[in-house]
Amino acid sequence: MEPRPKSFYFLSAFFVLFLIFLYGPTLTIGILSFQGPGGGLTFPMRGVSLHWFRDLFEQQAVGDIWGSFRRSFVLGLMVMVTTVVVSVMGGLAFRKRFAGSTVLFYLIITSLVIPSILISLGVGLIWSQSGLPVHWSSSGFGAQLTWTLPFGLLIMFAVFNRFDRSYEEAARDLGASPWQVIRHVVLPIIAPSLIGVALFGFTLSYDEFARTLLTAGSHNTLPLEIFGMTTNVTTPVLFALGTLTTVFSLLVIGVFLLVAWVMNRRRARHGSDAGRGMV
Amino acid sequence: MKNNSVIGWLLAAPLTLVLSIFLVAPIIMIAVVSFWGATEWSIYPAFLFDNYEFLLTSDVTYRVFFNTFKYALITWGFTLLIGFTVAYYLAFHIRSLTWQIALFLLCTIPFLTSNIIRMISWIPCLGRNGIANSTLISMGVIDEPLEWLLFSDFSVILAFVHLYTLFMVVPIFNTMMRIDKSLIEAATDAGATGWQTLWHVIVPLTKPGIMIGTIFVVALVMGDFITVRFMSGSQSANMGRLIQNDIALLQYPSASATAVILLVTVLLLIGTLLRFVDIRKEL
Repeated sequence: MEPRPKSFYFLSAFFVLFLIFLYGPTLTIGILSFQGPGGGLTFPMRGVSLHWFRDLFEQQAVGDIWGSFRRSFVLGLMVMVTTVVVSVMGGLAFRKRFAGSTVLFYLIITSLVIPSILISLGVGLIWSQSGLPVHWSSSGFGAQLTWTLPFGLLIMFAVFNRFDRSYEEAARDLGASPWQVIRHVVLPIIAPSLIGVALFGFTLSYDEFARTLLTAGSHNTLPLEIFGMTTNVTTPVLFALGTLTTVFSLLVIGVFLLVAWVMNRRRARHGSDAGRGMV
Repeated sequence: MKNNSVIGWLLAAPLTLVLSIFLVAPIIMIAVVSFWGATEWSIYPAFLFDNYEFLLTSDVTYRVFFNTFKYALITWGFTLLIGFTVAYYLAFHIRSLTWQIALFLLCTIPFLTSNIIRMISWIPCLGRNGIANSTLISMGVIDEPLEWLLFSDFSVILAFVHLYTLFMVVPIFNTMMRIDKSLIEAATDAGATGWQTLWHVIVPLTKPGIMIGTIFVVALVMGDFITVRFMSGSQSANMGRLIQNDIALLQYPSASATAVILLVTVLLLIGTLLRFVDIRKEL
């Protein structure tokens, strides 16, 4: 290998600074959430304790955070499943030429770039004018889909751009029906990318704020609850909650990455050994 | 081929349904309501131009409009510089694919955690008694804590850069990974210096990625209201804040009129940017 150029060391330092910039603040509130009972929102630490985490489990101290966590979790799962199914179907649809596909494509882009508050406002207006009560599982659910679906579809476009169609042709030549081609050839090949779509679906929903703001109704999701707390809670309990939900997000990401990794390994083991030689 | 079109339609039906109800219908509703009238506690159907007239004749609107562009432009500049540098480092200086993937994941993980928490986490860093101020004081750089670190334009833009640089890193990295490495070699063999290769080979080939990143960052910053509200301590405003204020006062028609103007602006801008890149080909 060639020796590293000087720019490598400079850029490495830049990259490390970037990572500190990305993670530093979050680590700071992670540390501060272990403040002693007399501690405030900034350093210095006044003792080390689990006081503020204990506070989270006492209902009266912080409002309905566990209820909102449950709602966010269920909503995240609903959005995740819908995003995966609709994105896969949409991705398959865009491989065929159908009338209106260009319009639909630009709608997807619009859904991505539209200011989130417009979705909140528009969906809220439709619901209130037609006399329906806004609820996180109906209007909130749909509003979040306008945010997760574009990401799911962009991933599917990327996947199908790299998809080798000769596998499908081979299956068809062997007499597979269109459904069998999808079920036994296409879906297994794109499965690891679906893990990615699912991860985006869940985490984007779990952390969504702006599009849920006017569409969740009186039962808040967790990000709305946290934002409410920023205006009236001035103790490190806020940091404790932030730390806990970030750790939860990291766990979810970890589980998804692990599943993707295991899937890839299984596939490598069960795959063909063609071209690997006899020994 | 006709059969193909029918299957395509069926497959696209759920997507079309969701986008019709939760994207197209809300936009139409906002456009309609922007002509309605409002009393202090209710709104009523009408066909008035009052909301637009009020908006377009108030100089608050123009100031806020200018502010929205200012945030977008400055944030774009910083995210592009940082995002390009990081993507370039990952794509051309990291030699093993495993490390590239690992470091790339490290850059994307924060995107999958809560934006609200990431904003809150700047408070202990930038506050009056925060880390930045106490470090600067103990180093003797300043005598008194800097007041403009938190709840200012500075903190708003810092938070934007913090939240959205990933949207530059990901598409630029994606495009860079597709650059044929032999082109770089050819440039070097032809006697180009590192800077010349960067400027005349890599940057032109990375343009689609830069465009996609730009679309993301511009759309997110122009449509934002929560970062500006939180990080400026309600002292600055952009269009999103204007809409949110009207909503809080139940002035939905006026909020809708502002929303229409914001939407038209964003779509015109993004539409222009889309002319320079074929998103579907570049993914």
